[in-house]
Amino acid sequence: MKAGPRKTGAGPRKAARRRGAAEGEAPVVLVVDDFEDNRALYVRFLGFSGFQVAEAADGHEALVKARELQPELIVMDLSLPGLDGWEATRRLKADPRTRDTIVIALTGHALTGHEEGARAAGCDAFLTKPCLPETLVDEVRRLLGTPSQGKSGR
Amino acid sequence: MGVAVTTSPRQAPRVAPGSTTESRLALAEFLLAVDERGACARRAVDWLAEQGARQAACLAVDPELRKVMPLAGRGLPEARLARLVVDLDDRHHTLAAALVARRPLTLHAGASRLLDLPLKGDAALVMPLLGAVGKEEAPAGLLIVSPPRVPLLHDARWLAELLGHRLARIARQALQADNERRLIREQMLLNAVGDPIILTDAEGRMLMANSQAERLLSSREGESVGRRRALALNNMLFSSALAHAAFHQGTASRRELLLVDPEEGSDLLFEMVSTVVADAREGSGIVSVLRNVTDLRRATEQIDENYRRIRVAEAEARSERDRLDLIIDSVADPILLTDPSGAIVMMNAPAERLFTAARDAPADTAKRVQANDAHFTSFVSNLFFLDEGTRRRGELGLVDPQTGAVLPVEAISGKILSEHGEVTGVVTILHDRTEAVEKTLLYEELKRASERLEERVREATAELVTQNELLRRQRIQLEQASALKSQFLANMSHEFRTPLNAILGYTSLLLHGVSGELSGQQQRDLTLVDSNARHLLSIINDILDISRIEAGRMPVRRSRFALGALLKEVVAELEPLIARSRLSLRKEISASLPPLWADRAKVKQIVLNLLTNALKFTPEGSVTLHASIRKGAGEATIVVTDTGIGIAPEDQHKIFEDFRQADSSPGRQYGGAGLGLSICRRLAEMMGGRIVLTSAPGKGSRFSLVLPLARRPR
Repeated sequence: MKAGPRKTGAGPRKAARRRGAAEGEAPVVLVVDDFEDNRALYVRFLGFSGFQVAEAADGHEALVKARELQPELIVMDLSLPGLDGWEATRRLKADPRTRDTIVIALTGHALTGHEEGARAAGCDAFLTKPCLPETLVDEVRRLLGTPSQGKSGR
Repeated sequence: MGVAVTTSPRQAPRVAPGSTTESRLALAEFLLAVDERGACARRAVDWLAEQGARQAACLAVDPELRKVMPLAGRGLPEARLARLVVDLDDRHHTLAAALVARRPLTLHAGASRLLDLPLKGDAALVMPLLGAVGKEEAPAGLLIVSPPRVPLLHDARWLAELLGHRLARIARQALQADNERRLIREQMLLNAVGDPIILTDAEGRMLMANSQAERLLSSREGESVGRRRALALNNMLFSSALAHAAFHQGTASRRELLLVDPEEGSDLLFEMVSTVVADAREGSGIVSVLRNVTDLRRATEQIDENYRRIRVAEAEARSERDRLDLIIDSVADPILLTDPSGAIVMMNAPAERLFTAARDAPADTAKRVQANDAHFTSFVSNLFFLDEGTRRRGELGLVDPQTGAVLPVEAISGKILSEHGEVTGVVTILHDRTEAVEKTLLYEELKRASERLEERVREATAELVTQNELLRRQRIQLEQASALKSQFLANMSHEFRTPLNAILGYTSLLLHGVSGELSGQQQRDLTLVDSNARHLLSIINDILDISRIEAGRMPVRRSRFALGALLKEVVAELEPLIARSRLSLRKEISASLPPLWADRAKVKQIVLNLLTNALKFTPEGSVTLHASIRKGAGEATIVVTDTGIGIAPEDQHKIFEDFRQADSSPGRQYGGAGLGLSICRRLAEMMGGRIVLTSAPGKGSRFSLVLPLARRPR
C-alpha cells in the first residue's frame, strides 16, 4: 500500500523556501532511522540527489540535530528506541525553533492508525516502507517546492 | 169560498167607545198578573161577554205542532170548540189564512157554518193575535167574537193586541223554563255517569263536559300551579288522542288515553270511546266517553306477570330436573338413592346394570343381581343403624351380573338429612376399582421407566456439560490463536518490510548508478533481484491485507469517482505486463457510466488483481475488460473475460479461499501466494458487492465484479 502526502501546511514550506533561497545553498535534510542500513541508503541517495544530509539514530538525537542544524526537512522513522517518532515530531512542532521544519513520517507499519497518529503528531506527509529511495526524493522535492534535477528516475 | 172577507184598519183606538176605561184597566192588570195562557183566555172571553158578546173564543198557536188550538170559549158548545184545531200550514183554511196574513176577518152569517165553526151560523169577527218575538211579531193565536158590532168590535181589537203580546210572552217564558229544566235534567244525567263525558265540535273544541270530565280538563280560578299544569297536559293529551282517533261510519273509535290525576298526580289510564254525532242545526261533533281502566290494567299486568313468573319457575324446575338426570346418567359410576326403609328409590344406568336383571335374563344373572343387592343393602343399613357419622366409605365385593367377573368396588355413602335432621335417604356412589388397580400397576411401571430415563438424561447432561466446557475452552483457544495469528502476521510483515526496504533500496541505488556505472550483465542481474524483491513485497502486502481484514482493521472509505478513469488507470499500470504477454486487451467500457459511490482504492485493487490473473493464466488469445450499468438491478458490473486455461467446476469455490490455487501441487505452473482472489472476494463483500465466476477448463474464465450503485444524493 502506498500512501502519499495529500495535504501540506502552507507555512512551513514557504519558510523553508525563503531560507534556502536566501543562503543560496542546497536544502538540509535530516534522516532519522534506527536501522543503519536503511538510514545509510537514504543518506546516500539524498546526497546523490544534491541535498545536504544529516542523520540521527533515535528521537533524542533527532531533536538535538534539528535544533543545531535547522534542517528544511526531516525524514522521521516512527518506530524508534527511547523517544519514538511520534513524540519527537510533537516536540519539534511545539518548539518555535523547529516548528517550521517539514516532517515526513516513514514507517514499516502499514496498519491503519499509524498514518492518523503521525498526522496528529504534526507530520506533514506519510510514506510506508518499503519506500524506494527515488520515491522519497520525489516526495522531498515536492514538499520543498524544488524542481527535479534530472538525475533521478529511470 | 163564498165567504165575504172585509178588512178593517189595523190601528185600534186608544180609548174604546164600548167598555169603560176602568174595566179595561182591570182586565189588563189581571192579564199581566197571570202566567197561564188558559186563565188569560178564559178571562178574556168572559170580559168580551161582559161587553156584550154572545159568543167568543180564544185559540192559541202551538209553535211546535204548528197548529192553532182552542183555549177558552163562551156561548159555544164545548165539545165542538175542543175540535176546533186548525193546521197552520193549511193555506185553504180561512182561519189559518187570516192568521198568516195577520189581518182581521169578518165572517158573514152562514160563512161560519160553512167553515164548521161552532157559531150557530152567526156573523163573527176573527182577530189574529200577534206577539213580539224579538223585534218581529209572530202569530200567537186567534180571537173570535160575535156579533161583530160596534162597540164590541173596538173592544175586541183592543183586547186582541193586549192578549197577543201577553200570550206570546207567556208561551216564551214557558218554553224557556222548559228548556232550563231539560238542561238541568240532562246535566244531572251526565253528572250521574261515573265516567268523564266530553262533547267536542268538529275542530276538537270542547263544547260540553260532565263534572268528571271537568275535574280532569277544566281549570277554575285560583288553582295551584301543579294542578294547572296537569290540566294543561291532560288537555293536550286528550286533543292529541282525539286528533288521532280514526272514525269509521257508524262505529265508535276506541283508544287508550293516559291522563294525570290533577289532585293526586298519579297516572290514570282510560279507554276513550269516541263517537261522531250529527245534528242538522248544530253540525257534527264528537262525544268521547272515558272509561277508567287504570285498576283494570294494573290487575291485568299483575296477572300477566304472575303467570310469566310461574312459567319461568316451571321451566327452571324442569331444566333443573333434566340437568340433574343428565348429570346422574352421565356419571360412569353407579349412583343409587335409598329411602330410610332400605329400598332403592332411584338409580342411574350404570347402577341398573349391577342391580337389575331383565325378566328373561338367565338364572345366573338373576342370582348375581340378588347377591349384589344383598351386599349393597347390608352396607347401606350399616350406615342407617350403626354409624353415627353421615358418611361411610367401604369396599364391596360385587360381581358383574353378565359375566360373573369379580368387581372390586369402593362405595361411598352419604346420609340425606331433612331440615330437622332426620334421615330421609342415602346416596351411594360405587366406584369400580378394577381400573384403579390396573392404573396403579401401570403407574409404577411408568415410574420405573421414568427413573431409568432420568438417569440417562442426567448422564447425558453431565457429558454435555463436559463437552460444552471443552468446546468453550477450544473456542477461547481458537480465538486467542486467531488473534495471535493476526498479530503475528502484522508483526511479521513489519519485520519483513524493513530488510526488504534495504534490498529494494540498495538495488535501486545500484541501478541508479549511485555507486558507479554498471556493466550490462550486472544491470540485468540487478533487475532480476529487483523484480523478485518486488514480488516478495506483493506477497507480504497480500498477507497484511488478509490479516487487516480478519482483524477488522480495513475500513471502507467511500467516495464518488468515475469508473472509466479508474479502469484507464489500471490498464496503464499493467501496460508493461500486457506488452510482455503479447495478448490483445479489448476494452468494452461504456462512455455513459455514471459515477460510482464506493471505496476507490479497493475497487482498483480488485480490478487490478482480476486483470493480472487473466493476463497470468492466459497463454494465448485475448482478455476483455467490460464495464456496464444495470439500472434496473441498481448494479454496476465490471467483467474480465479471458481465453485462458479455465477452472474446473469442483475448483471454482476453492480459488476464493485463503492460500489456494486451483493447482496446489508442488510442481505447479503458476506462482503466487494464492491470496489475491480471497482478498478480492472479501473486499467486494465489504462494499456490499460480490464476485461471480463462470468458467470451464480450456474455455477461459469470466470474473464479474458486481457493485451496488450509488444511493447517495448528489
